[in-house]
Amino acid sequence: MTRNGKSNGASSNGGKGNSDVRWFGQKLKRKEDPRLIKGISHYTDDFKPAGMLHCAFTRSPHAHAQIKSIRIDAARALPGVVAVFTAEDTTGIGPVPCAIQMPDLKVPSHPVLATGRVRYVGEPVAVIVAEDLYTARDAAELVEVDYEPLPVVTDMEKALGKDTPHVHEEFKSNQAFTHSLKNGDVDAAFKKADRIVKQRMINQRLAPIAMETRGVLAEYLPGENRLTVWSSTQIPHLLKTQISLLVGLPETAVRVIAPEVGGGFGSKLNVYGEEGIVPWLAMKLGRPVKWAETRRENFLATIHGRDTINYVELALKKNGTILGLRARILADLGAYHQLLTPLIPQLTALMHAGCYKIPAIQIDIVGVFTNKMSTDAYRGAGRPEATYNVERIMDIAAHELGMDAAEFRLKNFPQPNEFPYTTITGLTYDSAKYQESLKKALKLAEYDNLRRRQKTGLKEGKYYGVGVSTYVEICAIGPSAATPAGGWESGTVRIEPTGKVTLLTGASPHGQGEETTFAQLIADELGIDPQDVNVVHGDTMAVPYGIGTFGSRATAVGGTAAYMAAQKLKAKMSTLAAHLLGVKPADITIGRGRLTADGGKKSILFGDLVLSAYTARNIPPGFEPGMEATHFFEPSNFTFPFGCHICSVEVDAETGEVKIDKYVAVDDCGNVINPMLVNGQIHGGIAQGLGQAMWEELIYNDDGQLLTGTLMDYALPKAHCLPEFTLGSTVTPSPVNPMGVKGVGEAGTIASTPCAVNAVCDALAHLGVRHIEMPLKPERVWRAIRQAQSSGPKSESTKSKPPAKATSNARRPRA
Amino acid sequence: MIPANFDYESPRNLSEALTLLQSREDAKILAGGHSLLPAMKLRLAQPTLLVDIGRIKDLSYIRESGDRVAIGAMTTHADIAGSQLLRKSSPLLALAASQIGDTQVRNRGTVGGSLAQAHPSADYPAAVLALDAEIVAQSRTGERVIPATSFFSGMFSTALRNDEILTEVRVPRTEGQRAAYKKHHHPASGYAVVGIAVLLKMSGAKIDSAAIGITGVSAIAYRATAVERALRGKSAAEIAGAAAQAGSDVEFIGDTYASAEYRQHLVTVMTRRAVEEAAKGR
Repeated sequence: MTRNGKSNGASSNGGKGNSDVRWFGQKLKRKEDPRLIKGISHYTDDFKPAGMLHCAFTRSPHAHAQIKSIRIDAARALPGVVAVFTAEDTTGIGPVPCAIQMPDLKVPSHPVLATGRVRYVGEPVAVIVAEDLYTARDAAELVEVDYEPLPVVTDMEKALGKDTPHVHEEFKSNQAFTHSLKNGDVDAAFKKADRIVKQRMINQRLAPIAMETRGVLAEYLPGENRLTVWSSTQIPHLLKTQISLLVGLPETAVRVIAPEVGGGFGSKLNVYGEEGIVPWLAMKLGRPVKWAETRRENFLATIHGRDTINYVELALKKNGTILGLRARILADLGAYHQLLTPLIPQLTALMHAGCYKIPAIQIDIVGVFTNKMSTDAYRGAGRPEATYNVERIMDIAAHELGMDAAEFRLKNFPQPNEFPYTTITGLTYDSAKYQESLKKALKLAEYDNLRRRQKTGLKEGKYYGVGVSTYVEICAIGPSAATPAGGWESGTVRIEPTGKVTLLTGASPHGQGEETTFAQLIADELGIDPQDVNVVHGDTMAVPYGIGTFGSRATAVGGTAAYMAAQKLKAKMSTLAAHLLGVKPADITIGRGRLTADGGKKSILFGDLVLSAYTARNIPPGFEPGMEATHFFEPSNFTFPFGCHICSVEVDAETGEVKIDKYVAVDDCGNVINPMLVNGQIHGGIAQGLGQAMWEELIYNDDGQLLTGTLMDYALPKAHCLPEFTLGSTVTPSPVNPMGVKGVGEAGTIASTPCAVNAVCDALAHLGVRHIEMPLKPERVWRAIRQAQSSGPKSESTKSKPPAKATSNARRPRA
Repeated sequence: MIPANFDYESPRNLSEALTLLQSREDAKILAGGHSLLPAMKLRLAQPTLLVDIGRIKDLSYIRESGDRVAIGAMTTHADIAGSQLLRKSSPLLALAASQIGDTQVRNRGTVGGSLAQAHPSADYPAAVLALDAEIVAQSRTGERVIPATSFFSGMFSTALRNDEILTEVRVPRTEGQRAAYKKHHHPASGYAVVGIAVLLKMSGAKIDSAAIGITGVSAIAYRATAVERALRGKSAAEIAGAAAQAGSDVEFIGDTYASAEYRQHLVTVMTRRAVEEAAKGR
């Protein structure tokens, strides 16, 4: 690990009044860790209110079938079973919500239990409530459902053809929406191009696989009319609003608690049917009810990520200047819309400019219904797909032009003085120095040595490859105008009478470590120790309304809200201190546990000042007692972190096995509050992105059965599969928020996937291999080598052929 | 992830266990539980009685027994992988054990459980076949010694009778021979997509005889007899030609990770590499 913590340190934004010890930029150990490591913290499934019942779901074994009848007698008769409900009982629960509106969006009805038809394997059909979990599970097997199987839609391209069955008959089509983004003279760009580079690429379906599966626990107190719901969620406040709508209670009667949450990766940025059913059961049965998702259910019925087929074309001048980019994208949405399902491909469209100057662009997206679980936000959410398209086509283009991958990228970057830079897709990138980041990565990777090794290796029959991926991503989501449910965040800083500080944040950390980083930034502002700042989150009754944690937004938006609340509080403290010390508020300096004036001649202890705000016996006229301030921060723009990842691989020419032997990541996420946590995010992100490149793949067969639905089949990256990561950084503060922070939760995942695929394709380029679909399983690589050896080098690219059309060979290999 | 209802017994000696095993038709022996319990949690297996033999004393040992090394059925993979006696006297089984699953699996899983399960992609079958090991089964009527070569009868099926418990594995001492185990791990399960166990008797640079067990590529593990014959009396330079026959007369299995065609390719490459590694000596 080569990132230097101190050098990333604080900007001068703290203003006067802070102590000379700055926590901003320090590698402070996570306050969260001791309780997590000791296993003494509480996740949803750890709560057991008295009288609690357990529930389990009977789920569809068919991808598409008519429900002819459901018999629940046997299940209900099992001793210990309290109740069994099917769709006809739950019509009072609102539909599973989708927050996205688009002009031509088809929104199928999405009841919490399957009604009349099932449309994916794992769709809930009945819910069983029992005195214990084992009985509930046994009874779930006793629910007898008579299904009449219907033709199944699994292939996106076939799904758009004629004579195809429809997932939703009422739409008479499997096309869920279209979305186009066009700017600049695309036709002219492609007409005048010296070279057009094309590639069809699949971004395969993935499972988010948070360590903690989902879980919901609900308790209803009729006297108080108080519904309390513990849910493993990233968005407790939005969930509270949605649960009130789902079960028909006033929002004031609903409290949502996101206790310890064991990861989400976007899969818990959602509102699921179970989050309507479980509270409804608790209300109906008058006892607390809990549902804890099994890993098998997690594979089948928690949202999936990615799953797009992409036809990408790049128009170029001979000298490597990009003239235009065109992409046609099919997005597999699954059978129903979850909260943000149709939004994700739109983010993909938006990010197709990458970090390059592209004068003309056209992205056409078609969302497609299939008989599968819904896709939705998964770490990166639309941006990894865009970055993959852009970075892969850049690499293929570099190879075709005979240019070095790094040199070709450098040629097409905007210059640092062009920022804020408005892209052809209409975004305004806040700040960046792409050249610096790339050059630093080349140096750390010893790029020239890697290229030398590649050349000499070839003489010995060894296939070495080098992958370069320069990325930009969109974080700090986001300005409210660009989001479906508000893009701001709340923060309340309260200094308690004893001088200890409570920070209430609307962000909802679930592994990111903001209990530590937010404490660091508040400690700096108030001149106290981070250990004295307790960060409270995830309880809608304790914390003012907030949006939650996703889209690498918590620090840049939630952290800024906390920072701004602290500024308000500092003004208030200064007013009181000035009153008590007989000076002007502007003369007050806050720091080192005291408030001082006149160069330290006059001072009051931090604790004494706070106490006097509560005792309120000597306060200025009009001064509000207490010491608390709240700020709702609305960002003016997204932030756009960027960086460059480089990896080297060795491909076993005989078996197709790939060994990643070096990985360098230079990331720029603006100012860094805690470099250790940033490095942790990058490490995990790279692992997850390499997971997509190398191993992970949800495979549905033609019957819509999930073949890789257990951890014995679905290959997550493990520590021993990964090389040591060499991390570097550049620091380009964002002008969008006062702390100059950008966000880093998804960067590693976005950059690493194309980096690895570029490296493997680079290793085999001398054979004429142009592209291999992910994951790069040894067999795929072996086949690519074999095919190249038998057919010799070839090129797909031509001078202005019409855009690639959907072909019937779209079916994923081996699906 | 919640198994169906079952009864559980943990007998203190083998004779009690054998009685319990016969008390119900669908009774199952529970050893390390690393195959059976996951299957039960997915309700793919629903035995109504589990007979846990983990509390029976003296089923976990590795000891010399004449010209063989005897290994108790409840000996864990970790104990086998780390056994000084095996490393010295008969390393092939230890080499295979060291590549099973991960540390947690090796600490709980047992050799007897794994052999009795007869997973087509388990590691031990390749090793016990190459070793010409003996597998000892106990029933209430007595003890039976089954040669490894006639132990595996199909995918998840063995020569064990319903009233028998696998109690011991005996491997020959192989001092003076060269051993290697090469494996292509499934990236999720850790099972062998291809596993090649090799024992070589060499005189100088020449191979006197070879024993090769192969797992993971077909319904049951097998001895690559064609390769063994072809290697006899050959030098290292001639290994590739012999290894090309590693898949002759084999019906290859395919799955979402590796097709039959790829396994067929991989088995020849890896057989060559395993024999080369053994020939080089370790």
